[in-house]
Amino acid sequence: MSNENILLRVDGVGKEYDGNRVLKDVNFTLEKGKILGLVGENGAGKSTLMKILFGMNVIAETGGYEGSIYLNGEMINFKDPVDALKAGIGMVHQEFSLIPGFTTAENILLNMEKTKSSVLSRLLGKRLETINMPEIRRSAQKAIDTLGVNINTETLVSEMPVGHKQFIEIAREIDRDDVKLIVLDEPTAVLTESEAEILLHAMRKLADSGISIIFISHRLHEITSACDKIVVLRDGVVIVEKPAEGVNIRQIAEWMVGREIEKTAEVIHRDVETQTQKNDDIIFEAKNLWVDMPGETVRNVNFKVRRGEILGIGGLAGQGKLGIPNGIMGLFETGGSMIFNGKPLAINNTLEALKEGIAFVSEDRRGVGLLLDEPIDWNIAFNAMQVQNKFLKRYLNGLISFRDEKAMKTVAQKYINELEIRCTSEKQLSRNLSGGNQQKVCLAKAFAMNPSLLLVSEPTRGIDVGAKKLVLDALRKDNEENGTTVIIISSELEELRSVCDRIAIVCEGQIFGILPPEAEIADYGMLMAGEYKISEGGDKQWQR
Amino acid sequence: MNMDKNKMGKLLTASAVPMLFLIICLFAIPLSQFSGSYLLNNIVTRLVRNSFLVLALLLPVMAGMGINFGMVLGAMAGQIGLIFITDWGVEGALGLILAAIISTPIAMVLGYFGGRVLNRAKGREMITSMMLGLFISGIYQFFLLYVCGSLIPFKTPGMLLSRGYGVRNALTLNVAKGFDKLLFIKIGGVGIPVGTFMIIGLICLFTVWFRKTKLGQDMRAVGQDMHVASTAGIAMEKTRIQSIMISTVLACYGQIIYLQNIGTLNTYNGADQAALFAAAALLVGGATVSKATIPNAIIGTALFHLMFLVMPMAGKYITGQAMLGEYFRMFASYGVVTLALVLHSWKRQKDKDMDRSQFRIAVINPPES
Repeated sequence: MSNENILLRVDGVGKEYDGNRVLKDVNFTLEKGKILGLVGENGAGKSTLMKILFGMNVIAETGGYEGSIYLNGEMINFKDPVDALKAGIGMVHQEFSLIPGFTTAENILLNMEKTKSSVLSRLLGKRLETINMPEIRRSAQKAIDTLGVNINTETLVSEMPVGHKQFIEIAREIDRDDVKLIVLDEPTAVLTESEAEILLHAMRKLADSGISIIFISHRLHEITSACDKIVVLRDGVVIVEKPAEGVNIRQIAEWMVGREIEKTAEVIHRDVETQTQKNDDIIFEAKNLWVDMPGETVRNVNFKVRRGEILGIGGLAGQGKLGIPNGIMGLFETGGSMIFNGKPLAINNTLEALKEGIAFVSEDRRGVGLLLDEPIDWNIAFNAMQVQNKFLKRYLNGLISFRDEKAMKTVAQKYINELEIRCTSEKQLSRNLSGGNQQKVCLAKAFAMNPSLLLVSEPTRGIDVGAKKLVLDALRKDNEENGTTVIIISSELEELRSVCDRIAIVCEGQIFGILPPEAEIADYGMLMAGEYKISEGGDKQWQR
Repeated sequence: MNMDKNKMGKLLTASAVPMLFLIICLFAIPLSQFSGSYLLNNIVTRLVRNSFLVLALLLPVMAGMGINFGMVLGAMAGQIGLIFITDWGVEGALGLILAAIISTPIAMVLGYFGGRVLNRAKGREMITSMMLGLFISGIYQFFLLYVCGSLIPFKTPGMLLSRGYGVRNALTLNVAKGFDKLLFIKIGGVGIPVGTFMIIGLICLFTVWFRKTKLGQDMRAVGQDMHVASTAGIAMEKTRIQSIMISTVLACYGQIIYLQNIGTLNTYNGADQAALFAAAALLVGGATVSKATIPNAIIGTALFHLMFLVMPMAGKYITGQAMLGEYFRMFASYGVVTLALVLHSWKRQKDKDMDRSQFRIAVINPPES
């Protein structure tokens, strides 16, 4: 009976990228006029699933997908997104795809303009029909009214607040006559609370008019309040598919981040706890730090780092965790104040940060981290040579200095052995190394400076399991043997929980709380979703 | 109030360049000792001669491809048409129309080729189109020097070089003033070729109408954001090629109008400066490489050529040397193009910085919600 009403059926869908499995046997259904909330951490497979649904070229290029998807009972296999649009699937992306110099109305009807034919157009083809502006405005107004918002159709998009742009994108999708399914990818991320409220309202209105919606959001209370059904993805597998009624936020948070129970047992308690218990020995402190890093904005961050500890910084992508180390190193415009070893640290000054003994392993390995066309030993010695005048032979009282090739070779070979960098020799170009080995070279480059504070950003992104373990072990070894204080910024919560003494969770450009690694998984999830903050004293402050 | 200030500022920066040139001209006019009617007569002539070429640049700017220095391709096509009808001995307006008909397919093919090349050089269209012009100029010279008169027979031996093949360096066109003579009227000593002005009016109407078509709308969209336009299903590359093709064909007609007014054809380098002077005129009129209007083109043509007229004479009377003004012409036209390009990228950077700094303010003082 319910079969009649089902619009979308995803049946056993799986996907592998170069042997890397991102989706496994995904099944769920969506009925007509219902809203499905899709929840999952970054990398859980949400975007891959949406790409499959839309027939994006990447999917076919990387070998297609397993399983099948049915729309209105018919199996679909789109060649490109235009096919998907024709079949009545609309998508609102996270990045705005609007033309800034066009008005609201022109944007809503972009490439779907109403036109009038004329003698010339009959002669020379459809593209020379003239634009019917009043008709465009009327059609755009209708779509805006459906959403229940108040936006002038004549305003230029470039002069409009961010929130309105989101509505225009949605209006564009519903303006199509035959739209059956709309995918909203984190539409509320850029909206204020009241705008988000209006959007949720508009979604319900759309659903009541018979359009189905897939709603992707990290704000869990929006999922519970707006959706009819919840699907939680984790590591490419559907963890839960159930009606939204009666589900509470905490449960979703737990489904979202929770791994199997036995995995949490892997949290290793370290013997050096004595060191980290010394609360008062603060090596680094950030006060009201803001960083203008595009896509990873830090708004207002305060935290203290204890000498000798390993501090983890986690959180979802785009919330600002990557902005923190990049701001400390002065790689992006930064404000606020920082104290290092009891002295104020200059902001926006990379050289001083390096000279003071802060080293940084960037998440942008190939862009910032390495000199790709130089050999391994140059890469390892580079920062130490530039900043600390190591590996140099000096003549004439330092007037002339030459590279000390021998010292460079020695240090390179030391790290090649210690970190098991797989290479032909220390003269191999770093471009020709695999991702994991490149990352090891980046680490060696930081170690060669003997830093007292080491910032490591996304140390295991895009490298294989064996290299992951090596990298994390090397970090811990450096911490234990040399007493280096380490800050690890990572999207992988499990990894942070396995090596860190404390873990700070960043949300919306702020630190929402600092938890011990053995804290309950649901608490991490709630912090990541920004549901509440945990103060230093351990009190929960509900945000929504 | 704040908004008004913003708008005023924008208006001022938009008209700064034309204002500057107007002031230079106002200083130079009394120094040049030209009479008012002489100047007026000459300005009308220059407008007739050049404005069509300048108007041919508008569409590629709209499509985000900057100034189409590749319009020399069209100019060369127009010249080939003129050479053929001169050989055939067709005269008057009929000859010009025939020349246009012959050269249109050549211009279309060259425009298509140019568009294809520019699609492979997105973001570097201007320099690429300039180099493309120089390259095609070589082929054009080969065609006229070796193919004409040997493979393609010529009826008029007087047009060929004394060796028997290859077109002469300079040709007198027997279609001279073909359009200008139509409906030629004189008002108070100023001769106005109404016929040619009607053709220029027609191209203005075409441009206005074209902007309102679906294709024109697509071009604007592509010009503002290629990526967004193509995700909305607009055939981005095709649209860009079409804009260059239209521009090239218009430049071809523009060159025909230009040459019928002058009356002689400098066979081998008559087209070389066409794009530079047209671009300079457009930019003097207050256009940028991302925004250009019909008034920009007309005002710019008038101002630029007014300066061209008065500067050599003013220079001569001040220094006693006519060459100085001549130098200033070249200096000014190259200078204005350079300045416009530098200003454009500077302004783009500035706009980006402004956006970021506003964002920063919002970050530091979050709005109370």
